[in-house]
Amino acid sequence: MSENLAGGLATESEILATAETWRLAGRSVALATVTETWGSAPRPVGSHLVIDGDGNFLGSVSGGCVEGAVVTEAIDVIASGVPKLLEFGVADETAWRVGLSCGGRIAVHVVPVR
Amino acid sequence: MDLALLSALNRHRNAREAVALVTDLESGAARLVTPEGLAGDPAAEALVEAFRTGKSAKVITGERPEFIDVHVPPVQLIVIGAVHISQALAEMARLVELDCTLIDPREAFATPERFPNVRLIAEWPDVALPPLKPDRFTAFVALTHDPKIDDPALTIALRAGCFYIGALGSRKTHARRLERLAAAGFADADLARIHAPIGLDIGAVSPAEIAVSILAEIIGTHRQRRRG
Repeated sequence: MSENLAGGLATESEILATAETWRLAGRSVALATVTETWGSAPRPVGSHLVIDGDGNFLGSVSGGCVEGAVVTEAIDVIASGVPKLLEFGVADETAWRVGLSCGGRIAVHVVPVR
Repeated sequence: MDLALLSALNRHRNAREAVALVTDLESGAARLVTPEGLAGDPAAEALVEAFRTGKSAKVITGERPEFIDVHVPPVQLIVIGAVHISQALAEMARLVELDCTLIDPREAFATPERFPNVRLIAEWPDVALPPLKPDRFTAFVALTHDPKIDDPALTIALRAGCFYIGALGSRKTHARRLERLAAAGFADADLARIHAPIGLDIGAVSPAEIAVSILAEIIGTHRQRRRG
């Protein structure tokens, strides 16, 4: 379902251009942005992930650790039209929570593109 | 975020213009700000810093949390002359993530065999340079020694305000170059921006060593400007 499996391969220009192209093509779109990081974080502040209503995505906010959760939240944001500020911390395997195995924390802001 | 705002952001990026997308983290309201248009913006002070460092950051404006998503053009390296030094320079530039383009009108020099995996333009600088939009995020290096090729290119680089301009040649060669450029109307202050002899003085001998010295000077100029 993804057009780029959470690799950091897409450039920032490709991600932002894709957000625009998808929206122009009539797809519903959300843009996720890393707004803060604490400790060791896989992707720097300002990294982007673009998501459409069907769960297709391009870009990376964590190098693969929490993309799945961000995509799920983004589909909510697209449906509700209300932005969300998400925080992800250390992975907790016993609680089955998604998180960052590197031990860092990140904040991700998800907004709908109208 | 409105689609119109996203489109405007992409237009600025494609034109290699610095721009910041400022988003209120509570309401989601967003605005675009350029370095020329930041006077009067509530987050002006933080924006100045963001444009200077190129780093995006969360800030508190008044009492509201905002995110400054700053976009400054990636640094590009334009090299005039498909010579030995350029072969090493192009490879090293890729490692330090400079977006490198080589220009040389002499087709015998500018061959893909000598320069695999590099953007190579076999044209005169006055044709090849303008579409690359040299600007203050551009490092420019002239390596042909040939005034017919180097001089017109240096003229464009000086006018474009490239953050680094270097030209290969001995002190004597450079003195004659400065005379020609002065005669073409450049002031001393402009000409003083040309690094010549090119590169940090590390006693470089081989083409690859000279490439190291040039690259080190470019990195030093770039990072110190941001640090300063």
